[in-house]
Amino acid sequence: MLPRKSPCHKKLVTESDGDRMADRLMCSELSQVGTVKEIEMNRHIEVPFLEASAASLRAGDCVYLTGILYTARDAAHKRMYEALERNESLPFDIRDGVIYYMGPSPARPGRVIGSAGPTTSSRMDKYAPILLDMGLKGMIGKGRRSQGVKDAVKRNGAVYFAAVGGAGALLSRSIVGAEVIAYEDLGTEAVRRLKVREFPVIVVADAEGNDLYDTAAQRYCREATVDCMNIGGAISQT
Amino acid sequence: MRIINVDLVVSAIKEMCIEANHFLSQDMKDAIEEAAKKEESVVGRQILEQLQENLNIAKQEMIPICQDTGMAVIFMEIGQDVHFEGGFLEDAIHEGVRQGYGEGYLRKSVVGNPILRKNTGDNTPAIIHYSIVPGDQVHITVAPKGFGSENMSRIFMLKPSDGIEGVKNAVLTAVKDAGPNACPPMVVGVGIGGTFEKCALMAKRALSRPIDKRSEDSGMRELEEELLERINRSGIGPGGLGGTVTALAVNIDSYPTHIAGLPVAVNICCHVNRHATRSL
Repeated sequence: MLPRKSPCHKKLVTESDGDRMADRLMCSELSQVGTVKEIEMNRHIEVPFLEASAASLRAGDCVYLTGILYTARDAAHKRMYEALERNESLPFDIRDGVIYYMGPSPARPGRVIGSAGPTTSSRMDKYAPILLDMGLKGMIGKGRRSQGVKDAVKRNGAVYFAAVGGAGALLSRSIVGAEVIAYEDLGTEAVRRLKVREFPVIVVADAEGNDLYDTAAQRYCREATVDCMNIGGAISQT
Repeated sequence: MRIINVDLVVSAIKEMCIEANHFLSQDMKDAIEEAAKKEESVVGRQILEQLQENLNIAKQEMIPICQDTGMAVIFMEIGQDVHFEGGFLEDAIHEGVRQGYGEGYLRKSVVGNPILRKNTGDNTPAIIHYSIVPGDQVHITVAPKGFGSENMSRIFMLKPSDGIEGVKNAVLTAVKDAGPNACPPMVVGVGIGGTFEKCALMAKRALSRPIDKRSEDSGMRELEEELLERINRSGIGPGGLGGTVTALAVNIDSYPTHIAGLPVAVNICCHVNRHATRSL
């Protein structure tokens, strides 16, 4: 088994070891970049979300998620969308839930999961607003979202998180359980129910309409030919 | 003439698929370490340190560096004095990928028909590029390519009058549009000249050049250095969360082209710029 962090995350909140200090530094820096006044750092949140807790998160917040996530990426979203078009139900209860855009590599024997980092979220932009309107409260991925998704996040008091792309081995350590619950034939793209402990994410888009990617690059942009307000702009139009 | 049994090709490619997905080459590791020292953003440094930790976990626990273990891109440089026996070479290459992705617990990310999109279940077929070279050896490079960054890659069919400024704008535009989606810090492979497909292939091949090795052409070398500096002034930073290290290197290859054209391909790779090389 992989080494695990303390199961008591309340204890971890008060710890002041090196890692936690670094995390605080990280978030305080982001708070200077963001447009939001009150940034709560290193929040530990239970998922599925309790009442209105998603809406209280702000762009730049560093959050540790503990509880249940559901994985779904391109093919699973297409199937869920088609199921809704046929007036069928979704394979899991999305109300107050969080979808992680992720397709893992296979688990070695004795392991819970393989490498498990985020995939690019914009490919799910077509499908996300309807799920948010049905009660989905959180999404984890990487990269920019369309205005349509951000509007749906805002009107539903939801949240879009980024996890560190390309850190799949590291992120797998925060996943303590995984089972396929739907669309098994899709292989890595099947819907999985993940049990996570202290899964590290950063709030990118929040219920006030803030988008961390809009502001983060500006602080370091020194190149006149690059429109720093529109980083990643061309691919997020859907 | 030298005779090589294709079974050797199967086992070499199998091992290289596993190796490339778990161990990053030293030039890449050095570049990430260097980036973590010079990144001005605290957030950026934190992310770069996490990427280093990720590489250590991948190596020690044999977990792929990234869950997207890619489509297997394979460069076969075959000495013209080599004769293969024991089966069809191309079948052997696909078999090596099949075994590597199966036995290595790597993700199967390939769909058969791009419209119908049914997973082939074994990550085949591979993308194979052959070239015939002098001698009696076979040089194989296995470069698994993830699609977060592949999707952000571009081809620009510029006009000759666009000139070097057009080339620079093309590269900067591709990087800017990629932004956080391509998992920065990136490595940027650029192909200039040739035809539509030739410039794309050069851009891909350029990604497997060691990133601490600059172009041998002095003009291209200057272009690589200028573009890297300007990309790193974009502010995109590690993870797209702001910073001074957006790319680790710009690798450019070029080739003669037609009097009417100036093709430019930009193949973006994430910080997991994987490749394994072996000679038979």
